[in-house]
Amino acid sequence: MNGNVYLYILVMAGVTYLIRVIPLTLMRKEIKNGYMKSFLYYVPYVTLSVMTFPAILGATANIWSASAGFIIALILAYRGNSLFKVSLLACLTVFIIELIV
Amino acid sequence: MNENIKHWKNGVKDGIPICLGYFAVSFTFGIVAKLEGLTPFQAVLMSATNYTSAGQFAALGLIGTSATYVEMAITQLVINIRYCLMSCSLSQKMDSKTAFLHRFLIAFGITDEIFGVSVCKEGKLNQFYNYGLMSIGMPGWVVGTFCGIVSGNLLPERIISALSIALYGMFIAVIIPPAKGNKLLSGIILLSMIISLLFTKISILRHISSGFKIIFLTVLIAGIAALLFPIKEVANER
Repeated sequence: MNGNVYLYILVMAGVTYLIRVIPLTLMRKEIKNGYMKSFLYYVPYVTLSVMTFPAILGATANIWSASAGFIIALILAYRGNSLFKVSLLACLTVFIIELIV
Repeated sequence: MNENIKHWKNGVKDGIPICLGYFAVSFTFGIVAKLEGLTPFQAVLMSATNYTSAGQFAALGLIGTSATYVEMAITQLVINIRYCLMSCSLSQKMDSKTAFLHRFLIAFGITDEIFGVSVCKEGKLNQFYNYGLMSIGMPGWVVGTFCGIVSGNLLPERIISALSIALYGMFIAVIIPPAKGNKLLSGIILLSMIISLLFTKISILRHISSGFKIIFLTVLIAGIAALLFPIKEVANER
């Protein structure tokens, strides 16, 4: 390690904050363009799907507990349970499966 | 004012899974940071000022190899450019009269998780809901980092393993309910997952960083979906 760690941290924090803050402060008006509106409507669903799968299968100690947690989360979410419940019961499922397997 | 407190409380409640998930991820981050030779203060400072998992892990690698500051800046840009898209999306959820101060503060809290939870809320976004998410999520991130670097084996592996699924469980809870009974949205979610899986299986694509993959696939899939299936007025009012 030769560089100054604090300078590294400053550089990365600066870049990351600029990425976050520029659109939020510059795009103050509502977008009227139909295509852009549709695009931004789809963005969260695609982003979260891509982030979730297949990464979820490798998140825990083994694929069995992860798969079980994934399935439980899907079922509970489909039934309209709260964020909190879905998430915690997925954790609990992983914990129990790993005790058994 | 009471209305704001209500939104803040809702944010705190929805932020509990974020806090737990962050704790698990940043705990691991703390352990890796120690291996790379960072002091606890440096690791905690990095977490408190950056608040981005993929970016921070990548930074550890760069610091370890004494990369230049320019390389650091470019790497962060590529990995975190998805926040730009999230920020654009969130800007449309906010009341156009929202003050600059609120925008500056909320921007700091744009992470995959806080974005995912807040953007899918019904109606316009109240900034206090985001503050609620941030006020419980961020301590999870910072405290997890600290615990990870100070004591790598403070928590049994089982607990960390179980908590590691919290964030994914949350994402599922966000995207599945609106997709229920909506064939188009279900199809898009399924397709996104399949293409994402292909990206990890096809050898040429496997080495693309996860941050870049997310933005690439988002622009591609949401871009095509918007072209083929423009949303109707009803959906506009979400």
